[in-house]
Amino acid sequence: MTMAPTPRHIPDRLNGSFLRRLKSWETLLLAVAAAIFTFNALASPYFLDPWNLSDATFNFTEKAMIALAMALLIIAGEIDLSVGAIIALASVAMGAARQMGVETTGLVLIGAGVGLACGAFNGFLVAGLGLPSIVATIGTMSLFRGIAYIILGDGAYGGYPASFAWFGQGYVWGAITFELALLAVLAVVYGVLLHGTNFGRRIYAIGNNATAAAFSGVRVRRIRMTLFMLTGLMAGIASVCLTSRLGSTRPSIGMGMELEVITMVVLGGVAITGGSGTILGVMLAALIMGLITFGLGLLNVPGVVMSIFVGILLISVIALPRLLERMRR
Amino acid sequence: MAAEPLVAASAADAPFSVSAGPVLSLRGIVKSFPGVKALQGVELDLYPGQVTALIGENGAGKSTLVKLLTGVHQPDEGEIRVGGRVARFPTAAAAAAEGVTAIHQETVLFDELSVAENIFLGHAPLNRFGLIDWPRMRREAREILARIGADLDPDAPLKDLGIASKHLVAIARALSVEARVVIMDEPTAALSHKEIGELYELVERLKAQGKAILFISHKFDEIFRIADRYAVFRDGGMVGAGLMSEIDERRLVEMMVGRAMDSIFPVRTPQIGEEILSVSGYSHPTEFADVSFTLRRGEILGFYGLVGAGRSELMQALFGISRPSAGICRIAGEERSPRSPAEAVEAGLVYAPEDRGLQGAVRALPIFQNLTLPSLGRISRAGLLRKAEEFALTRHYAERLDLRAASLDQPLGLLSGGNQQKVVIGKWLATQPKIIILDEPTKGVDVGSKAAVHEFMAELAAEGLAVIMVSSEIPEILGMSDRVIVMREGRMVGEYPRAGLTPEILVRAAAGIGAGGAS
Repeated sequence: MTMAPTPRHIPDRLNGSFLRRLKSWETLLLAVAAAIFTFNALASPYFLDPWNLSDATFNFTEKAMIALAMALLIIAGEIDLSVGAIIALASVAMGAARQMGVETTGLVLIGAGVGLACGAFNGFLVAGLGLPSIVATIGTMSLFRGIAYIILGDGAYGGYPASFAWFGQGYVWGAITFELALLAVLAVVYGVLLHGTNFGRRIYAIGNNATAAAFSGVRVRRIRMTLFMLTGLMAGIASVCLTSRLGSTRPSIGMGMELEVITMVVLGGVAITGGSGTILGVMLAALIMGLITFGLGLLNVPGVVMSIFVGILLISVIALPRLLERMRR
Repeated sequence: MAAEPLVAASAADAPFSVSAGPVLSLRGIVKSFPGVKALQGVELDLYPGQVTALIGENGAGKSTLVKLLTGVHQPDEGEIRVGGRVARFPTAAAAAAEGVTAIHQETVLFDELSVAENIFLGHAPLNRFGLIDWPRMRREAREILARIGADLDPDAPLKDLGIASKHLVAIARALSVEARVVIMDEPTAALSHKEIGELYELVERLKAQGKAILFISHKFDEIFRIADRYAVFRDGGMVGAGLMSEIDERRLVEMMVGRAMDSIFPVRTPQIGEEILSVSGYSHPTEFADVSFTLRRGEILGFYGLVGAGRSELMQALFGISRPSAGICRIAGEERSPRSPAEAVEAGLVYAPEDRGLQGAVRALPIFQNLTLPSLGRISRAGLLRKAEEFALTRHYAERLDLRAASLDQPLGLLSGGNQQKVVIGKWLATQPKIIILDEPTKGVDVGSKAAVHEFMAELAAEGLAVIMVSSEIPEILGMSDRVIVMREGRMVGEYPRAGLTPEILVRAAAGIGAGGAS
């Protein structure tokens, strides 16, 4: 068999990209977000007030920052359950440093640095020692939170400088908060990182088949380590924002936040088994969760009901495509 | 029902004569899989109290035959007769009910269960409430173990046993059904010398009990030691059968390999250049020892051996997947023993693995993302992907390799085995390597793509690339290689120039018959 004299032509892509976008998960999420927005606007006269809307962004901005890095981690087939505890440890570290007279710049660096260090420790356990990430980070979840409790006991740290408050309470332009602006910038950075760089491509390869990725010369352990460090760093940054917004530190800060972050990532269309998902999806999911929480809050629905709502939403959004698929057969 | 002694025969009253009728016969068995005819017109007889050795190269159809006899696959044509009656084995249970049982190369046992539970898993004796009758199960387990001369506690958890004892449990499990025919698929592959001796004793015992034994092995010494009859398979058909006493090694080997070269390989005039790879004293704690060889530009070096000879493990160590315990690897004169695949790729050495699905390809990702995965550094700028460059690179290799696909954005897993292999080879060529190692490059590849892969391999060598080809197929080794190294049990046992090399020499060296080659 000889090589064909004129090579056959294989098109780059088959479907037009417009059609593909129309059928995507992100389109579904956008429709859900628009529906909830419309419903909220009709149900409550206070919803469309810009300052109310701006306030409402606080219930997802910090979580969404962590969700950006967590999305990369989950796409790579790993997970980090310790992010809530990292927030607590970073916050306690900032509180303790404040007691020693550290100023705003130092506090921010400490918060982010502790997050980065915690992430590096998780990365060491998973990428270095080869522990399964779900087990390793359940362990560090208790460990980090435990250290926070030992340092702080039942007390609270406060007395943060006025300039520190800006990170959680400041506005950059009109009703746009610093946190929302930071999230927007980070979302663009992570979007480019995941979808436009070598690093992002390798994340997908690892998440789909880590063995084949390693056999293709991808430095799998180094990338896993980097992803855990990024997740820790984002938890540290979220801790700065949250501590600044609350103005005080208790050891229970950020408790249970890891599950909300992971919910956001999964709702955003990231496969919990790894290998697929987009930053746009995760950000839309963050928006949806924020809108639901805010809308139900305006209607004076208690928090417990909100969590039921989010649970039902998550299950139905995940189940719907599979049910449709099954009905088609 | 497994309690009764299978055949209450002592060695004294078991003079099964050679003339006794076969207990199991295959007549005209044909079995096809998509694209391959695995068995064509197989005839085989198994006699009570006798061991029949089944001999053949890898891919000759032996495993398919075992699967037909154990109810895993159904024959397309032909019939299986048990004791003269036509029998059907639609399921594994049906095969067991007809008294056909198999001891596989790697039997699936359960570490967390006890010896008795493993023996009777799936057919445990029940009491009148439908619950497991534990006392009876233990008693019967003890009886079976005694019958095969195994001194094991039925209550011991399997995880506490050594490999040899686990093997005995696997045998006991096979014999826990009332067996008339026992299939042993390379039973000595994982055993030590002493354990092999014990296995032979067991085979003698089973013979004395009147069982017909089908013994699959690559090792000629053991075939001559324990078999009464032989059956040789080649290319899915039986090419010879008879009594061991009437045949010798030389004629068995001839039958195994004596095919005409039925595939057409590209005609090459090798342009052998300077030395590019030199490996000396490469060793691994368990897989291979003291391997030394060199490779030149433009050369195709074949590695032949039986499955498990340590060839893939050696190649993976050279590629940096595992670390050698000793040895030096020089690439283009520089001492570089890659510690990771990434380092190997940088040094210009790449490896297309045998297990494409697990190691070679990320099947869920599109073709172009697979192809560019090792070359991302070259097609990007400051770490940013450039889609146009990616598609251009992919298109270049897709055309060179005559890829058949609907689009370059198609998930790789949707392509045929041959086209997946083209993408895997293309992905390595895109890194512009000096040395490419192809591990069983045409395994699971259809005939048409096979020729294309061979053609392409020849082109690469002609362009000055140094090629190592690991293959278990003798025609491929002979058809493509300029030089052949044979490995057996982790060691190099021979190195031969292509000229004057015959299938017999390869088979003898790989199976350890007579003197190996000059090294």
